[in-house]
Amino acid sequence: MAAGVATWLPFARAAAVGWLPLAKKTMPKPPIDNSSKSDEILYVNVSGVRFQTWKNTLDRYPETLLGSSEKEFFYNEDTQEFFFDRDPEMFRHILNFYRTGKLHYPRNECIQAFDEELAFYGIVPEIIGDCCMEEYRDRKKENQERLAEDTEANEGVDAPLPPNSTSRERLWRAFENPHTSTMALVFYYVTGFFIAVSVIANVVETVPCRPPLGSVKDLPCGEKYKVPFFCMDTACVLIFTFEYLMRLFAAPSRCNFMRSVMSVIDVVAIMPYYIGLVMPENEDVSGAFVTLRVFRVFRIFKFSRHSAGLRILGYTLKSCASELGFLLFSLTMAIIIFATVMFYAEKGTKGSTFTSIPASFWYTIVTMTTLGYGDMVPNTIAGKIFGSICSLSGVLVIALPVPVIVSNFSRIYHQNQRADKMRAQQKVRMARIRMAKRGTANAFLQYKEDRNIGDPDGCVKNRSAFDQQHNHLLHCLEKTTNHEFTNEMNYSELCMTESVGFKTSRSTSLSSHQGAQNNSSGCCPRRARRRAAMRLANSTVSVSRGSVQELDTLHLKTTCIPPQTRSSLNAQMCDMKLNCGDPDFTAAIISIPTPPANSPDESLPPSPAPMLGILRNTRATAYIQDSVKISSL
Amino acid sequence: MLSAIWETEGLQTVGIVVLVFASIKLLHLLGLISFSEDSVEDELELSTVRHRPEGLEQLEAQTRFSRKELQILYRGFKNECPSGVVNEDTFKDIYAQFFPQGDASTYAHFLFNAFDTDHNGSVSFEDFVMGLSILLRGSIQEKLNWAFNLYDINKDGYITKEEMLDIMKAIYDMMGKCTYPALREETPRQHVEIFFQKMDKNKDGVVTIDEFIDCCQNDENIMRSMHLFENVL
Repeated sequence: MAAGVATWLPFARAAAVGWLPLAKKTMPKPPIDNSSKSDEILYVNVSGVRFQTWKNTLDRYPETLLGSSEKEFFYNEDTQEFFFDRDPEMFRHILNFYRTGKLHYPRNECIQAFDEELAFYGIVPEIIGDCCMEEYRDRKKENQERLAEDTEANEGVDAPLPPNSTSRERLWRAFENPHTSTMALVFYYVTGFFIAVSVIANVVETVPCRPPLGSVKDLPCGEKYKVPFFCMDTACVLIFTFEYLMRLFAAPSRCNFMRSVMSVIDVVAIMPYYIGLVMPENEDVSGAFVTLRVFRVFRIFKFSRHSAGLRILGYTLKSCASELGFLLFSLTMAIIIFATVMFYAEKGTKGSTFTSIPASFWYTIVTMTTLGYGDMVPNTIAGKIFGSICSLSGVLVIALPVPVIVSNFSRIYHQNQRADKMRAQQKVRMARIRMAKRGTANAFLQYKEDRNIGDPDGCVKNRSAFDQQHNHLLHCLEKTTNHEFTNEMNYSELCMTESVGFKTSRSTSLSSHQGAQNNSSGCCPRRARRRAAMRLANSTVSVSRGSVQELDTLHLKTTCIPPQTRSSLNAQMCDMKLNCGDPDFTAAIISIPTPPANSPDESLPPSPAPMLGILRNTRATAYIQDSVKISSL
Repeated sequence: MLSAIWETEGLQTVGIVVLVFASIKLLHLLGLISFSEDSVEDELELSTVRHRPEGLEQLEAQTRFSRKELQILYRGFKNECPSGVVNEDTFKDIYAQFFPQGDASTYAHFLFNAFDTDHNGSVSFEDFVMGLSILLRGSIQEKLNWAFNLYDINKDGYITKEEMLDIMKAIYDMMGKCTYPALREETPRQHVEIFFQKMDKNKDGVVTIDEFIDCCQNDENIMRSMHLFENVL
């Protein structure tokens, strides 16, 4: 119920005294209202701006944040006020809603910010007053459309194909998005070229060429050079037919494709040629044949696949159908009225061109569109008066729906421009985001390095508390899953070298390991890669030795094992903590305790975790590939 | 021949007449000429009626509300009706919101008349608060008096059967259609009969104020329920 109603409730209840003498039964007991009746002023501090209001005002809407006990969570005992860390400008509108019962939408605010504030304060947007509802809804719809477009553009047509798509799907893809492959691009341009050639040929055919020797009359070029034009036409039609058949084959849904506008245009463009082929050279049907040749001009519409602007125009006209319909209807009405009047006005004059009402239609149309050819002119005074009224009203009637169509076109065109711009900027954006992600990922690796090199808590680089805690969290995850974070380069290397690893001899691993004494993986990715590869080799070799062990992954805490003890179950990770010397055992692990001469600089433990699960030769590959990539932070 | 001439001349006249009218309308639209003398006054809007209540002390003296209560009441009242008065349509709207299933407009009309003690077509804050004072803080006598006033539609001091029937129908209208047991046509009438049997001592077909008060005071149920709404505010 609205706020005002709550105010009137005591009055309505009091008026119920009027029913008492009439009551057939006894009245029920009233509810006991223990709340204090006195009103108090509440202080609400929103980011430093202090608002004061009666408690009753806020109690009007008990299902919102401010009206319910939820606001107690925000109560600040020291200052005896409710503190909200939100936008004070928006809060003004929220509070006004409590005061007046009507929620208004401020026009200069972002719609999403406003929605968020409403959601925070527990107010449903549906109660926005009528004065602002339209604006709110329009803005919201616009915003949603824009977001939908953006996500569509993001995930949409530029996404790479799934790897196991059939040739048919790939063909269709190539047709729809020419810039995905060079073949498609070539085909795209070739068809475009041939469309242009075909259209120009049609046009040039009718230009009068110099007559052949021995004749006086000018011949159109089409007649003079019959054979070349015929060859050109045939070539174009062959290409178009081939293209159409390819599209038909590749289309995911042939029925839908055949019903689409573009395919109809394609068919209409090539049909006349084939009909012309099968038609006999007969004088009677040549008239119909000529009509068919007209349809060849529809080939120009095939350009709409190549031009976005043309498509937009078509789409605009479709979306403005109602305005166009209105325009047409009003024009028709006006034409009929004025034609009738003009006919009767000019009826008596001798030699008048207004021979019938339909004949006057032509005059009316020409006048209303302010063309004024002058082939039909009124002579009487009445005719001239009505003629001038006709032209004046024509301007008005035509000018009215045009801005609507123009604004529609502008909106759609700009949307399209925006989509293109977004796509172009997307690449830059994605690159930047990837860089940022890699930065944070590298930070974690750097952190791991530092821990193993020197300080107990990596204080050298002066990390913020947030970073430290975040790194600790990632560390815990590593421990939990018994996998390690690595970066992309290492991961790809690992994938590549896993096959090599089986063949690596022991000696090479040893040497490489001892060679990699001073390591700081963060700045030497190559060395890190090599090290990781060697370590991978290390572990796979050990695996191939058939040393199988069951491990409980979750409770894994291993110690570093120098290469000398590879014969043992060296499916173990390096301990990240500095006290590398302490062997941490869990029940499931059967491991040989590490000799204390543990090189603490084995910072990068074998990333592939062959210790996961049961180790077998055949499954080593799988585990290696399981090594964790850096998650997107 | 003649007809042709008439046609053209007739059309000529029509054209000229149309032109003249159009130009006059255009000039009128542009504001260069005006037809009637009182067109200027039409532009002035009637300012809305604003009403300010009496002082707080006076109201305190006249009613049984405390200062604080009056303040709370007035703030609520003024918030809903910034102009300071409630007219009948607003009153009906407000009351109808409490009884969404039925049609509360008739009863609201009677209620409005009961509150509008000076019968000027609008309920000001004083009327409102006086009525509330009687209903919530008044003596039994005052309350019964008020109820009698409500039932007595033409304020002549007698409740007739027709008046009672109107009131009863208005009350049953508020119930709406969906009731259990279903409302029948003669239910209000029967209720009126019961009422009159109880109240009309001398069987003269009308109920006077004394009969009403006597009868109610002797009825235990009514007496008990009179204290129901005392702590509404």
